[in-house]
Amino acid sequence: MKLSKAIHKELYLKMVQTRRFEETAARLFVEGKVHGTAHFCIGEEATGVGVCTPLEVEDYILQTHRGHNQGIGKNMDIKKMMAEFLGKETGYCKGKGGCMHIADFSVGSLGANGIVGGGIPLATGAALKQQYNKEDNITVCFFGDGATNEGSFHESLNLAAAWKLPVLFVCTNNFYGMSTSTKISMAIDDISIRAKSYGMKGLALDGNDVVNIYEETIKAKKYVLENGPMLMVLNTYRWMGHSKSDAQIYRSKDEVNEWKKKDPIKKHREFILTEKIMTEAELDAIDVQAAQDIKDAVDFAENSPEPKIENIFDDVYA
Amino acid sequence: MRDITYAQALNEAMSEEMRLDKNLIFIGEDIGVYGGAFGVSKGMFEEFGSERVKDTPISEQVITGCAAGASMTGLKTIVELMFSDFMTLAMDQLANQAAKNRFQFGGQGAVPMVLRAPGGSGTGAAEQHSQSLEAWVAHVPGLKVVIPSTPADAKGLLKASIRDNNPVVFLEQKLLYRQKGPVAEIGEDEIIPLGEADVKREGRDLTVITYGRMVPRSLKVAEDMAKDGVDIEVIDIRTLVPLDKEALIKSAKKTGKVLIVHEACQTGGFGGELVSVVVDSDAFFYLDAPVKRLGGLDVPIPYNPNLEAQVVPTEEKITAAIKDLL
Ligand SMILES: Cc1ncc(C[n+]2csc(CCOP(=O)(O)OP(=O)(O)O)c2C)c(N)n1
Ligand SMILES: [Mg+2]
Repeated sequence: MKLSKAIHKELYLKMVQTRRFEETAARLFVEGKVHGTAHFCIGEEATGVGVCTPLEVEDYILQTHRGHNQGIGKNMDIKKMMAEFLGKETGYCKGKGGCMHIADFSVGSLGANGIVGGGIPLATGAALKQQYNKEDNITVCFFGDGATNEGSFHESLNLAAAWKLPVLFVCTNNFYGMSTSTKISMAIDDISIRAKSYGMKGLALDGNDVVNIYEETIKAKKYVLENGPMLMVLNTYRWMGHSKSDAQIYRSKDEVNEWKKKDPIKKHREFILTEKIMTEAELDAIDVQAAQDIKDAVDFAENSPEPKIENIFDDVYA
Repeated sequence: MRDITYAQALNEAMSEEMRLDKNLIFIGEDIGVYGGAFGVSKGMFEEFGSERVKDTPISEQVITGCAAGASMTGLKTIVELMFSDFMTLAMDQLANQAAKNRFQFGGQGAVPMVLRAPGGSGTGAAEQHSQSLEAWVAHVPGLKVVIPSTPADAKGLLKASIRDNNPVVFLEQKLLYRQKGPVAEIGEDEIIPLGEADVKREGRDLTVITYGRMVPRSLKVAEDMAKDGVDIEVIDIRTLVPLDKEALIKSAKKTGKVLIVHEACQTGGFGGELVSVVVDSDAFFYLDAPVKRLGGLDVPIPYNPNLEAQVVPTEEKITAAIKDLL
């Protein structure tokens, strides 16, 4: 498979947008403009972007608490994401959900989740609807390494396999659940082997290689539609702390620095240059555009109205 | 009108709605050829097939979440949990996901699902299969909560719950499954809207506010006391959420005396909420006595039949509580 220049451009832009989004969000915290918390995905940009970019609108995704890469990958509106992050009326959730609950049904995002592993059962249901209606689309369910130790993971993978539901389970393995290393939380090194016990195909990939993730997702979608669910594990690393408050005493600076050398954006940039897909100047122009997109998003969010208490009962019930 | 059982009424409600709406599916443990642990779904697998009446693994969390996910994306779902006690295993999907999705996503999507589950004691099923946990779910905004006491209510309220666009927890009463009562002919489509209490017996002297299995028991007490010239009004709230507050307030004003009866443990039970509805209203000024509640003892449901019978309100206890107030 040889990806077109347009696809490379899209993947690269979305990854840089994600990084600028996270850096900007972190800065807004420091400036005291954000109430609540956030979980940043710097270092993991290739996972959500690589998986979501080849999907169609009708393919659903269930996002995680660390999912800005997933949302941008699925073509969510960055302005509305930022507005939600700042709790504004114009945000995706009208300021009621915050970035742990960002959703955009119009692009096929059925929402991020504040409960670790909470979206996995929901994914089986979305896939059941696709199967029931004989659709040619799949549901992609994101979760972390930590979530694979939840009961919801076991129940959902078993059900999906038993019913041959069209779900692609995607584990973003960043080797930690908060401070707890997978070395402590499980007795296996390769999370993808968990698939075997459900009679499901499991695959472990370099989670920092956006091109490979993109290509493997296309194959996986075809496989899932023909054979039923699959577990794809993307091995990657979170550069920042777990959330805004994390002194990171559970890991060494050396370990973080080793992973920073495997920067997914740098990796893609080098690939593009080596393969002569784009020039330095073209890539620099994308960097400028991404920065501008995020700046526009912040302007939009900061100039948006606060939600009104008069509307608080809206949407408790349909 | 004909007499059918509560279980048959539930079966008819589901079957009629499934005939009307091809987008409605039914999932749960042993609901297929087995017909459900209490026989409620007998014949449905044969009529609707394995695509629409789906036997699941024993996985309450994913059963509930699967229904919520399917409902969020365009299907309508009915879930049967074998016992309402197993809501404990499904609670994240019910209370954190299904109940909150629409609100937390700023009005995107809806979750039209019904979670049916039998509750209540009296079958010797002991601590983990006999609870009345309605207060747990009534406390979560986003969920509706229904508990029918007669076959007609079971049918009409279940049909309304299925047509509702929200997650509805529909708590059935194990001991009522085999009780018969008059129900409209098949196809007459009698819907009972959620949020309307029912005066099951009119009276002048005192109001008993109750629901579920305690409705027939309270009615029995009322009939017995009528022989002594005491005229009791019995109100069946039928739905805890939304609650028909007006009906309670109106009756309290009329009789001036209120007793609340439920099987669930008294402390933190829904009875406290019902008391508050009455005393927080202008009915307060019409009261001739304190508003009393009679709930189950604050203990797990024991196994021994004599013990089991005595930890929930009995006819004797209800009678005594009424006499205290009169
Ligand atoms: C059920 C539940 N338990 C614990 C938490 C607190 N918590 C939030 S994120 C997190 C770590 C999750 O780890 P993982 O699934 O690996 O995702 P990551 O944060 O690494 O992306 C924890 C413990 C939670 N939100 N939900
Ligand atoms: Mg992790």
